[in-house]
Amino acid sequence: MTGQNATPDAGQRLAVLGAGVMGTGIAALAVGHGIAVSIIDVDRGRLADATARVDRQVRTARLMGTLPPDVRPGPLDVGPSLTDVPTGRTGLTAVVEAVTEDPYAKAKVLTEVSALVTPGTPVVSNTSSIPIDELARSVARPEDLVGSHFMNPPYLIRTVEVIRGPRTGPHTLDAVRRLLAVLGREPVVVEDAPGFVTSRILHPMINNAVRVVAAGTASVESVDTLLQGCLGHPTGPLRTADLIGLDNLVDSLWVLHERTGDESCRPCELLLTKVRAGHLGRKSGRGFYHYEGDL
Amino acid sequence: MTVPSDQEVSDTGDRVDTVTAELVRFLTARTGRAWPPDTDLFATGGLSSLFAMELVVHLEQTYGVSVRGTDLRLDNFRTVRRMVALVDRLRTGEPGDHGA
Ligand SMILES: NC(=O)c1ccc[n+]([C@@H]2O[C@H](COP(=O)([O-])OP(=O)(O)OC[C@H]3O[C@@H](n4cnc5c(N)ncnc54)[C@H](O)[C@@H]3O)[C@@H](O)[C@H]2O)c1
Repeated sequence: MTGQNATPDAGQRLAVLGAGVMGTGIAALAVGHGIAVSIIDVDRGRLADATARVDRQVRTARLMGTLPPDVRPGPLDVGPSLTDVPTGRTGLTAVVEAVTEDPYAKAKVLTEVSALVTPGTPVVSNTSSIPIDELARSVARPEDLVGSHFMNPPYLIRTVEVIRGPRTGPHTLDAVRRLLAVLGREPVVVEDAPGFVTSRILHPMINNAVRVVAAGTASVESVDTLLQGCLGHPTGPLRTADLIGLDNLVDSLWVLHERTGDESCRPCELLLTKVRAGHLGRKSGRGFYHYEGDL
Repeated sequence: MTVPSDQEVSDTGDRVDTVTAELVRFLTARTGRAWPPDTDLFATGGLSSLFAMELVVHLEQTYGVSVRGTDLRLDNFRTVRRMVALVDRLRTGEPGDHGA
């Protein structure tokens, strides 16, 4: 589906770093809006099926009616580094960083990319929890760096938390607003802090939900049903945890714990056990629930 | 279970009944709940909208059809009966509301 007959939105081009849950979701959102995307990952296994995973998500978005109907998909190419893909590193509308929630991995990839792209190209981090100003230490031009925390799945959730780091330049904030407008997303701009707003509230809440299950107070299903039925949570915290990916959730909780000292952010033993067992949630077929199909 | 598209079924009624029964079985196996053919799968308390894509893939793989264009919309997958109608239309090659 992608890569054919494309009429990219006014020549816009995105580079997405990381072909995981969020990288492919953000790529699907962009492709579905007619934007050309290059998706980069160091893991060749991830690259091998990245196109299929993006295509499937574009179809899901169409199925849910969240893409403009009259726009042809933008072309997608994949590669192990920005220097290997035909769309290259010049003329990019923006770079979206969606690699593993590990401050060292992010520092490395941000240093590399900021040395490659034209100055003034917005570098947009999709980090869940790492303060933007901390990431800014790794880039050549901190004014080009901004946080844009897409929710999962990016093509179904319209609101995006945008994080203005203390050194984020006004041109970068304007550029990310324009990009989100093209993508049909609605930004809410917040200040920089560990976990910003959404992860600072949601991630310890999910951790507490897991603790309740571990304590034997209620089953996984009961916790989700109560949070849905009594508190209006759309899916329940444990289904949300499976959607996020338990490994990513643990990484984010450690980031929060190390930077806030808040004990409610220390990942609980049941979460750690599941990650050690490879039960990562929806993406591995099993977490708190069982899944078939690889969405 | 794959039903090849060239497998002869005596008439449209039988074919529809077969697909209906198979889909009800599939949904029950995957969700642990019974789904009468006219129940809205995605109404409050129903299935996650992400499950809808699994239904698309299931129909495509099982019945050898390809769901494209404006056929790819949630309303076509909302009930077992609607999915059966879609499969029937795509298998018999009737011109539907295929869009670009
Ligand atoms: N999963 C969610 O629900 C969610 C929601 C919002 C934000 N986020 C954030 O988005 C980011 C990505 O999360 P995810 O869930 O997609 O993780 P993931 O584990 O699914 O994918 C991360 C990908 O990054 C790749 N990677 C690692 N180092 C790389 C490098 N140097 N260059 C290129 N690729 C590299 C990995 O191979 C992997 O494919 C994280 O910062 C996460 O906190 C996740």
